[in-house]
Amino acid sequence: MPDLLTEIVNKYNYWLYIILMMIGLYAMIAKNNLIKKLVGMNIFQTAIILFFISMGYKDNATIPIIMGGHGGEAAHKTIEASQYINPLPHVLMLTAIVVSVATLGVALALIILIYQRYQTLEEDELRMRVKQK
Amino acid sequence: MHWPIDLIILTLVIFCAIAAISVKDLLSTAILFGAYSFMMCLLWANMGAVDVAFTEASVGAGVSSVFVIAAVFRTTRRTKD
Amino acid sequence: MKQLGLIIVIICGGLLLYATQDFPAWGDPTAPVHTHLSPHFITEGLHETGAPNLVTAVLADYRGYDTMFETVVVFCAGIACILLLRTFVQRTRGREYRHTPTGVVLHIQDPDKDLNNPREFELIDNMWVPHDLIIKTVSRMLIPFIQIFALYVVAHGDFSPGGGFQGGVIFGASLILLALSFDLRSSLRRISEKMLGILSALGVIIYSGIGIACMLLGGNFLDYGRLTAILPVDPDHIRAMGMLGVEIGVGFAVMAVMVIIYTNIASQGRHQQGL
Repeated sequence: MPDLLTEIVNKYNYWLYIILMMIGLYAMIAKNNLIKKLVGMNIFQTAIILFFISMGYKDNATIPIIMGGHGGEAAHKTIEASQYINPLPHVLMLTAIVVSVATLGVALALIILIYQRYQTLEEDELRMRVKQK
Repeated sequence: MHWPIDLIILTLVIFCAIAAISVKDLLSTAILFGAYSFMMCLLWANMGAVDVAFTEASVGAGVSSVFVIAAVFRTTRRTKD
Repeated sequence: MKQLGLIIVIICGGLLLYATQDFPAWGDPTAPVHTHLSPHFITEGLHETGAPNLVTAVLADYRGYDTMFETVVVFCAGIACILLLRTFVQRTRGREYRHTPTGVVLHIQDPDKDLNNPREFELIDNMWVPHDLIIKTVSRMLIPFIQIFALYVVAHGDFSPGGGFQGGVIFGASLILLALSFDLRSSLRRISEKMLGILSALGVIIYSGIGIACMLLGGNFLDYGRLTAILPVDPDHIRAMGMLGVEIGVGFAVMAVMVIIYTNIASQGRHQQGL
């Protein structure tokens, strides 16, 4: 038991990210309303992006913009890889954020069409009305 | 990176996420979703990911919240769940 | 359904939490994610590409192919929104106009006729609200500055946090502000639907056009080093110029798609009244 507690204290950030992911997953499965499912999907996506960004962090390192690079003087000095945090997860997650907003736009268009046709957004009522038609 | 800021904002983020999917009014869901996006942006800025924080501030807390509010106004605002 | 969801979530969460035993400590500089390729990006990025912002350098130069298909995905989302929602409704009833200085209401009964000079009149819709003078004045003053800031963010993507996406979204947000504070029709008068479609396609064409131009000049696809044949820039900075051109294409596409998605969602595809 004290082993588990030291484990939690050391890796508290991973545990909190996983709790956030599971909140999003629960909203996608268990909620009836379509807009809440969509918000749950977005929570899931941003929690995964948070996990990736946290992987790229290094202790005592600064943001990935080369200091002094504007005037051209930094081209002559050597740049240490441990001074700057890892830019690769940031790049991948930029693409993920833009794709998530595009998905949100198309999903909201579909929700408006569903409401125009069936006059409801709750999943169980939708199932009944689709069966009737 | 300052770990107290990280812990406090993470706790607030989890509360915002739970609240956003539990309220009965869909407009409140949209506003809480915007607040959740903005706090994610603060978390990433704390971790040094300034490009990602900039994108999330403009996309998540700006445009994405407006889309959800527009969709809520064009459909229904009440939900039983 | 809720109990089943809770069980699935607890099992999944438990498995993931069990897997966190193998994760490295947070912030460890020798974690496996910091090996293989990212030291090369950090140490050689400024020297090879000429952009101090490493994230933009990796996004637009080293992994430019991914960014091109991301732009295509955003463009497809805009097209999907138009295809799903856009309807063209015929006008069956007459319309009512209100003269703003005097408050007189005009009722035009013939559905085909319209006013010549709609500047002083406002159309009364189903969801008509009187437009607030404070909101109109403040947004009229703010919108040009937001657009200048958006252009600044696109142009300085190489040196400070920013780039094509962020600038494009901010520009699109300024047009959405125009649609919200004034009227959806007045924002569509400024930039019409046809122009939005052309701009979004133009963004994708600029991006792939730069890639094809590099191929025609003898190199690989998106190999910016070959652009020295047509641009009068020295070879040290040619890759930064190629990145700037590519970011401009991304900015166009993202801006147009944000406005397309907003106008179609807020008007349910009819483009007659906004929120």
